[in-house]
Amino acid sequence: MLSSIHVQLTLGKFALFIAGFFFLVAPMAKAGSYHLIIAKHAINLVGDRQKAILANGVLPAPTLHWYEGEHVTLRVTNSMDNPTSLHWHGILLPYEMDGVPGISFSGIAPGETFTYRFQVKQSGTYWYHGHSGTQEQLGLYGALVIDPADGNHAADRDLVIVLSDWPEADPDRTLARLKKQSDYYNFQKRTVIDFFTDIKKLGFWETLSDRLDWGEMRMDPTDLSDVTGATYHFLINGHPPDKNWTAVFKTGQKLRLRFINASAMTYFDVRIPGLKMRIIAADGIPVEPVDVGEFRMAVAETYDALVEPEANKAYSIFAEAMDRSGYARATLTSDSRLKADLPVLRPRTLLTMADMGIAHDKHNSHNQMNMEQSAAPDQHQEHETEHTAPEHTHEHMMHQQHENQAIESHDVLSYEQLKSASPGPLFRNADREITLRLTGNMYRYSWSFDDIKYSDAEPLRVHLGEHIRFNYVNETMMNHPIHLHGLWQYLDNGNGSHNPKKHVINVKPGSRVSVDVMADAPGEWAFHCHLLYHMDTGMFRKLIVEKAGS
Amino acid sequence: MKTSGLANTGKRISLLVCLSAWAVLHVNPAFAMDGQELFSHFKANRLEYEGNGKLQLFKWDIQHWIGNDTHKLWLKTEGDYAGDQGIFGRADLQLLYSRAVTTYWDFQIGARKAFEPERTFDAVIGFQGLAPYFFEVDGAMFITDNGNVLGRLDLEYELLLTQRLILQPRLELNVAASDINNRGVKSGIAEFEVGARLRYEIAREFAPYLGFDYVEEQSLLQHQHSIRFVVGMRVWY
Repeated sequence: MLSSIHVQLTLGKFALFIAGFFFLVAPMAKAGSYHLIIAKHAINLVGDRQKAILANGVLPAPTLHWYEGEHVTLRVTNSMDNPTSLHWHGILLPYEMDGVPGISFSGIAPGETFTYRFQVKQSGTYWYHGHSGTQEQLGLYGALVIDPADGNHAADRDLVIVLSDWPEADPDRTLARLKKQSDYYNFQKRTVIDFFTDIKKLGFWETLSDRLDWGEMRMDPTDLSDVTGATYHFLINGHPPDKNWTAVFKTGQKLRLRFINASAMTYFDVRIPGLKMRIIAADGIPVEPVDVGEFRMAVAETYDALVEPEANKAYSIFAEAMDRSGYARATLTSDSRLKADLPVLRPRTLLTMADMGIAHDKHNSHNQMNMEQSAAPDQHQEHETEHTAPEHTHEHMMHQQHENQAIESHDVLSYEQLKSASPGPLFRNADREITLRLTGNMYRYSWSFDDIKYSDAEPLRVHLGEHIRFNYVNETMMNHPIHLHGLWQYLDNGNGSHNPKKHVINVKPGSRVSVDVMADAPGEWAFHCHLLYHMDTGMFRKLIVEKAGS
Repeated sequence: MKTSGLANTGKRISLLVCLSAWAVLHVNPAFAMDGQELFSHFKANRLEYEGNGKLQLFKWDIQHWIGNDTHKLWLKTEGDYAGDQGIFGRADLQLLYSRAVTTYWDFQIGARKAFEPERTFDAVIGFQGLAPYFFEVDGAMFITDNGNVLGRLDLEYELLLTQRLILQPRLELNVAASDINNRGVKSGIAEFEVGARLRYEIAREFAPYLGFDYVEEQSLLQHQHSIRFVVGMRVWY
């Protein structure tokens, strides 16, 4: 993978890069020592030389292999002229090692080296990324693979699949554009032509009333993603679709695909046509195996999927952006000469009034938000499929219909299906219940919790050892991946003591999701929506876990 | 006379204060995360040419704000220049403090200085935002130094023919509460403009367009109506 990354280096940086590289490939003991050097690079990913912020000169950052129980020492050197940081996403550790500037530490100043030290208390698939400004958007992310203490391996071979979104424009410029015109990147809006097509399909009054309903709310059913394929190129392991990252497997090998969604803003619908995927872990934690044809990845989630490809075949790993404005792809093949079929992008879906938390009976309660929906119904069930597909050949259309049938046969992973493989605590009465409304103003492009932005908010304070029940009530029309640092969120999906613990919980538009949290790690923790521009505009809180008496 | 002289001095001072605040905000870089960060938005909504027989009119409608989500300083200028005669028919500049008061609405207060056809100075109170059904609204009340009241309402709507070909109907209404002799303004509807612009967004920020307006004007001297065809461009950054 290293050789295929186009990296431009100055001589000085090159020396650092080589040094960093050897630290990484050096044999790792149970007390591992790692050195990462963060620097600015010019890379050419999509036909233009662009600025990137990389660890050890590679995109994605090097995969770090740890062992459960290992005492890791991570030296992180900042060779840029502005501050940086690295956050170990989903990792339980002392809060001073969590890597969030302004909360866990003061950041890594230019020229300085910060040493992270902690013992690894878990196993599975996680990741790490910059937590300073928009640096993670510019390439500062990589995989963490932690082997369990019992050395149990579910597969013959591990493959890390890092999904990400690479922007054409500078991230600060992207945010400025969204502030000035929040639908700047949406080129899939409904047009006058769609209006007439819908009249033919639904009749005049129904079409008109649909347009009026959305107009009354000043919202747009095509507003699935704030930043889209209009500026993003979607990557797998740092490769855009035309570079087609490829892994060659040996016949009969069972593969464990460790999917990590390291995007700044993009949800992906992932599938491998022709291959059943057995989901065995979510957010690093083993779950009871579920066979699926497709799963949706919220930003910052990880999923482990077991696949058993057949001999003499090539498969496409196909990850469509949720709004269908583009895709990432890679190839699994038994023979590098074999080519896999590249699926066509399916048509985009529309948000519905149900997504807005509004009952389908429009005359009933127009503005009254109905928040008592289940945690996470099958994503595709509640969306109307828009039938104005891009132009396809007849064959493709048939193919597509076939695929849509697959989706309708509950082949898509839903949150209800996630059951922790080993039982956890059975939560009963919480010591404290906190309802957080997920709020935003699409017109001004600002995001918040309870209508209060981070800069105006007091920290949330809880006591060490308390059991807290968080209710997330999404009052917006966007999905929000809610990430809590340092503490697990047990998703209440009706599986009792087998409710899965996660570091990121997706909360769909207009829905309500509850999670249980044991405040078992003292300190100050970041708590935020993991969509980069939502976090940056204020959808963020500090959670302080106080020791008794402090 | 004396009181109006004093008032003028006051207005000049307030204009200076506003201008310097705007300059300071403009050079000060963004300094913090979320709500504190400053953005600057220049938008030439209409830069257009109207050829009508011998008449060659260049018209502009430009806005520029600097600020954060809640507080903004907002400049607006509108006017026209007759290229064949080399004179400005109309030219004014508004300097406003704009405050977000609801999700979709800003309240605005400030001053308007007109340079042509008369040099006048008015206080401005207005509101700007997005009404239900996606109507963009810009409404203002102008209070002259003699206490006369004028009003202006701008409505715009966007119809997407394709993702980049956009038809924008617009309506502008200027009203006066009473006759203003020194400005030739007759009470009632002074000006009624309705038209449309068809633009093509080569980029979001740059879109040339074709358009027309039906205009009805009424002053103390005359009443006239006309249809005007324009070609222009919409530019923002």
